[in-house]
Amino acid sequence: MTQFLQQLTNGVVLGATYGLIALGYTMVYGIIQLINFAHGDIFMLGAFGGLALYDVLPHSMQDQIIIALPLCTLAGIALSVAVAVVMERVAYRPLRNAPRLAPLITAIGVSAMIEEGTRLWYPGAKAPLDFPQLLPSGAVTLGGVRISYASIVVVVVAVVLMIALQTFVLRSRTGRAMRATAQDPDTAKLMGINTDRVIVVTFVLGASLAAVAGVLQGARLGTVRFDDGFIAGLKAFTAAVLGGIGNITGCVAGGFILGIVEVMAVQYLPHGSGYKDLWAFVVLILVLVFKPNGLFGEEVAVRA
Amino acid sequence: MRNRYVVRAAIPAIIGVIAVTGCGSNKSSGGGTGSSGSHTVVIGLSAPLTGPLSALGLGMKNSVDLAVKQANSANKIKGWTIKFDPQDDQGDANVGGQVAASLSSESNLVGIVGTLNSSVAQQEQKAFNDQNIVMISPANTNPALTQGDNYASGTKTRPYKSYFRVATTDSIQGPFAAQYLKSQGINKVATVNDQKTYGAGLVAEFEKQWKKQGGTVTSHQTINPGDKDFSGVISKIKPTGAQALYYGGEYPEAGPLSKQMKAAGLNIPLMGGDGIYDPTYVKLAGSKSDGDLATSVGAPTDKLQSAQDFVSAYKSAGYKEDFSAYGAYSYDAANVIINAMAKVLPGKTSIDSTVRQAIVAAVQSTDFDGVTGHVSFDQYGDTTNKVLTVYKVKGGAWVPVKTDTFNS
Repeated sequence: MTQFLQQLTNGVVLGATYGLIALGYTMVYGIIQLINFAHGDIFMLGAFGGLALYDVLPHSMQDQIIIALPLCTLAGIALSVAVAVVMERVAYRPLRNAPRLAPLITAIGVSAMIEEGTRLWYPGAKAPLDFPQLLPSGAVTLGGVRISYASIVVVVVAVVLMIALQTFVLRSRTGRAMRATAQDPDTAKLMGINTDRVIVVTFVLGASLAAVAGVLQGARLGTVRFDDGFIAGLKAFTAAVLGGIGNITGCVAGGFILGIVEVMAVQYLPHGSGYKDLWAFVVLILVLVFKPNGLFGEEVAVRA
Repeated sequence: MRNRYVVRAAIPAIIGVIAVTGCGSNKSSGGGTGSSGSHTVVIGLSAPLTGPLSALGLGMKNSVDLAVKQANSANKIKGWTIKFDPQDDQGDANVGGQVAASLSSESNLVGIVGTLNSSVAQQEQKAFNDQNIVMISPANTNPALTQGDNYASGTKTRPYKSYFRVATTDSIQGPFAAQYLKSQGINKVATVNDQKTYGAGLVAEFEKQWKKQGGTVTSHQTINPGDKDFSGVISKIKPTGAQALYYGGEYPEAGPLSKQMKAAGLNIPLMGGDGIYDPTYVKLAGSKSDGDLATSVGAPTDKLQSAQDFVSAYKSAGYKEDFSAYGAYSYDAANVIINAMAKVLPGKTSIDSTVRQAIVAAVQSTDFDGVTGHVSFDQYGDTTNKVLTVYKVKGGAWVPVKTDTFNS
């Protein structure tokens, strides 16, 4: 039982990261029906942005994680958002009215560009890089289950951000504009909504969340790599589809389900740790067979 | 409107095409060394020059480059100039297949040094063997590459007569590690491997010897290359009471695995093979990795009397990257090919399949003192030098603790 709870904890932490990244997929899909395959790389850039700032921080600040973590997170967000905005403007907006396949292929191209660009330009990024210890070390033990402070921070930050996003989409003026654009972009435009601006806001929000996830994952696992975005992006995309792409609540739930399935496969299935990705996709296929729109897919109206 | 979009989209595409072709022409003009010799012969290299394993691959590339430059300036092969053609296999078997296809079609190529990864070598062996091109690996340790797929059951057959290696195999490295751990008073180990040819093979050989010695394997797990979050794997090992973790794979996963183990309160040493013996491992594993262990082929390069000239020549050549774990072996591998060419090529005017076959035969009968020790090959193409060293992380660096040959 202790073992089960221990693995459940691991799964929740993993799922929180997947969920944060998945939000970017789901929001962009909700608004412009684009599966932004470069989103995983935006997540990776977040970690590199944080790392880049950390390296230039004065020594006294590097050791103070209470200062260094927020600063590095902001740097990660800045880099991710900047790249996401440029990407939207240069690669996606010109293709807004093109057949759906064109922006999809473009997204794959953008993904390759970001990955290779990072590999070539970031000093030392050809090999995996060490990520600084930005999260508190140590752990609490609850009934035999060891929960590290780092995982608590990751989960708390993720949940707070998810709630904040949900509130923003449901309550704010811009959030309402986002929902309107998602439902019917042409009518939204007639109602005086600047849909181009709304789309940019969507990319900015998605990129910020991914950047936070990137910095947190880098700090928790202690390493970053230029190709981190690929697998993470694929998993997050799976989480988004699992929950019903376009649906915010669903994609968060999808993230947690995926994370928990993965670690439980490691613990309880033969060859689990090597085949954990396989089990994650088996779950996806099963869900899609019985609920083609994903677990929460029907609530089309609240997608954003 | 539409047209403007098309134009805008076309610009990056055109720039991309120019960039790609630009690279292509760079490559072909890069090798024209043109010095004393009138004919040109090519030595290739297949190693990961980019990607997570590039620290090892670039060390290999520079070391072969050094051997080629020295041979050219000493005019070692009368009437011939050696050209070096390094290619990036990214440590990926599929890319390796493309590298092998492109290198093996070069008419002046007689030999290649490589690969780093056993899984990549597996993909490349046939292409080179078909053209009678010598392939010498400084790093492949999977036994099947020289002894055939059924080596474990005792039926050893050599699959490719043009493939050789100057590194010893995992059927020696795994058991050597098992003996060492046992001698440290450890009885229970957990194993993890990355399911690649090298990692899985190494762990299998380790476990065989470990059980023979009466040790217990408390958990046998696999991961995927590229995995980052090992919390599930670690939580599974923790309650089994393992006293050490034996890892089959390479440092990009092993380093973070060790770091996450210690952060999760699992304070046992991680031991691996030559795939984790690299400074990058220590960097990734962090400050708590002191006590982690690795075996690597041969004796430590900077401790070897015979390697001093190599080390100082490498330094004075001013390469940006360190020669790494396989530099000295790559240098020896290149010299094996160069020596064979020096025997066969003088008097010849072109490369054909008879010349290539003669070079393969000359490599088979290699017998000289290299920088890593005596170099010669047995009937499978394996090195006769079976020295291994155990290294331990101390104060943020690998320190040799025991150099020996394996005795079963």
